[in-house]
Amino acid sequence: MTELSSPPVKPPFWNNPQIRAIIFQAVALTVTVAFGLYLFENTQDNLHRLGIASGFDFLSSPAGFDIIQTLIPYSATSSYGQVFWVALLNTLLVSALGILFATLLGFIIGIARLSKNWLIAKLALAYIETFRNVPLLLQIFFWYFAVLRAAPAPRQSLNLGDAVFLNIRGLYLPAPQFQPGFGWVLVMLGVAVVLIIALTRWVRRRQMATGQPFPTLSTALALLIGLPLMAFWLADSPLHWQVPELRGFNFQGGLVVIPEMASLLLALTIYTAAFIAEIVRAGIQAVSHGQTEASFSLGLNPGMTLRLIILPQALRVIIPPMTNQYLNLTKNSSLAAAIGYPDLVSSFAGTTLNQTGQAIECIAITMAVYLTLSLLISLIMNGYNRRVALVER
Amino acid sequence: MAESRLPHPDLPPPANTMGLLAWMRRNLFSSPLNIALTGLAAYLLWISVPPLLNWTLFNATWSGDTREACQGASGACWVFIRVHFEQFLYGFYPEAQRWRVNTAVLLLILGVAPLFMRTIPNPVKVKLGSSLLVVYPLIAFALLKGGLFGLSNVETSRWGGLLLTLVIAGVGMAAALPLGVLLALGRRSKMPAIQTLCVTFIEFWRGVPLITVLFMSSVMLPLFLPEGMNFDKLLRALIGVTLFQAAYMAEVVRGGLQAIPKGQLEAAAALGLGYWKTMALIVLPQALKLVIPGIVNTFIALFKDTSLVLIIGLFDLMNMVHNATTNPDWLGFSTEGYVFAAAVYWLFCFSMSRYSQNLEKRLHTGHKR
Repeated sequence: MTELSSPPVKPPFWNNPQIRAIIFQAVALTVTVAFGLYLFENTQDNLHRLGIASGFDFLSSPAGFDIIQTLIPYSATSSYGQVFWVALLNTLLVSALGILFATLLGFIIGIARLSKNWLIAKLALAYIETFRNVPLLLQIFFWYFAVLRAAPAPRQSLNLGDAVFLNIRGLYLPAPQFQPGFGWVLVMLGVAVVLIIALTRWVRRRQMATGQPFPTLSTALALLIGLPLMAFWLADSPLHWQVPELRGFNFQGGLVVIPEMASLLLALTIYTAAFIAEIVRAGIQAVSHGQTEASFSLGLNPGMTLRLIILPQALRVIIPPMTNQYLNLTKNSSLAAAIGYPDLVSSFAGTTLNQTGQAIECIAITMAVYLTLSLLISLIMNGYNRRVALVER
Repeated sequence: MAESRLPHPDLPPPANTMGLLAWMRRNLFSSPLNIALTGLAAYLLWISVPPLLNWTLFNATWSGDTREACQGASGACWVFIRVHFEQFLYGFYPEAQRWRVNTAVLLLILGVAPLFMRTIPNPVKVKLGSSLLVVYPLIAFALLKGGLFGLSNVETSRWGGLLLTLVIAGVGMAAALPLGVLLALGRRSKMPAIQTLCVTFIEFWRGVPLITVLFMSSVMLPLFLPEGMNFDKLLRALIGVTLFQAAYMAEVVRGGLQAIPKGQLEAAAALGLGYWKTMALIVLPQALKLVIPGIVNTFIALFKDTSLVLIIGLFDLMNMVHNATTNPDWLGFSTEGYVFAAAVYWLFCFSMSRYSQNLEKRLHTGHKR
């Protein structure tokens, strides 16, 4: 009995989980900070030794090189700061177009994959398995070096209806030319959008109150197309198309898509669409068939079932992985550097870095831009996701 | 009496539900829309498949050693691939030493083969696999790099072709998985400092494109290191690829960790298991099994991403092919080159994805809907 009354042996302090956690974290932090300091010291030494002045002063000095595609005014005398904006806009342009086209193509292929038609389903499967398993860089190279660089010279251009031409210099499209009255069309477009927003609100209130549905979609479409079309007709067709023409050795006029842009966009679209198609398929399959049956038994027609029952539930599954694909596409657009499309990595982290030697600044700015873009896209998509997410009790 | 009660023998099923015709009616021509779609698909196949077959097979040139052999043929010139084949496999690895590469590959196949045999019990496989993971890289490195046992030294800058692609992919996979597991555990940790460090690390690497990481490792790393200390170019690429994919792997593993019910952790604690034992014996085996598709997807992504080392001037399969297409003696065969490279990458990625589906089916011990 005496043994029991003796005070219990106190376990050593390192067996206390709380104390251990503190020690562990302190060690981890110290190591990280020490490693960071070590790198910082080395960098300071190296910069000093190489005579590189750090800082962002180089952004205002003249760049002295040309860029093959500029969305804002730019010339060789512009500064490196302007190179940054030109390059950023080029990245954004190709990403935005890529996201748009890949989503459209991906949805079509994803739905085709689920088609009851055996041939269509197998074709979609073949598309997905082929393009998903080949590196994107290889696809970009294929389109650029094997297809577009091998396109005919301007005089032998491939001709599509005398309006679209493809040759080694790029893809020539008719350019829209806006005449003075075109402003009215835009005004009517704005009016239509405002009307549609008001209409949706009114329809929702009315349905809440009386339960009566309203053909919102067709009315909205009619407004969206009808109003601008009316203005277009009243203003005497204020839109002309400038068709590219062969003059001398090359085409003049029209809208030119440079081959770098065309091959990058093509590869990004085709590659990402294969992934999006799988996401769409998985999303639609995730909605159980019972939902469709229940909807039919409530008397909804197939169109309403798709719009009101299946899609809202499928979107919930689709959106998070879709966000990932959009992010991937934006980051993958940086492969432009390999074929010389003047994007952020190619013009800024490439040419500018090589000319100025400001490696740390250029890479840091580039990485910061991509990080910001990533965070922005995830913020937007997370916001949308929150709206469609399942609200549980 | 009894005979009359015998059931009538089954009638054969109606003719229109059986056989090829019925199948076609059901799957291809069930409605006007379906008929139109079938027509569209058939048209697409008709305009694409015959020219493709003609180009790759029927009109292609297979024999010969010079580009003159392909003169006048309308199909693909596979002679281009044949002439450069060794280069595509080994890069600039000295010809007399290529047996070393072959030996390394053969050893790998011999070592890995037992892991795929179903008759060998699992504990043996685990022991074999883990010892292979430790021993094989050393053997392979000694064989490929040389400088030991009288083998001549082959600089890593001479490694190339499919060999380099496989080295980068293999090292990346072997290193990214454990690192990813650690990062995922760190992200789920209750210690705020560890968690912050892991989250920052993961989100940083996931937010930037791999190409900037490679740029950084080739341009900025020399600035970070003390004077005179220099890394091999290949090692720099390896570090970049591994850290990048480890961040993605961490997110995949985290998904698996989140799916393990809390009861498992509580049961482990009740049995008196500490943190590491709980994780190693209870949580991770279940979590990793759940995320096999995700892990293999990351591996496939890594395999495809190895092609990016072209940008920092390493001669992997992609770069060797690209290099061969710009060879002045063989201009104009870029399509053949890229199609060949695409076929090689496709073969690896597709077999990985098929194997993972197979594995997933075999390891599926839970309830199946």
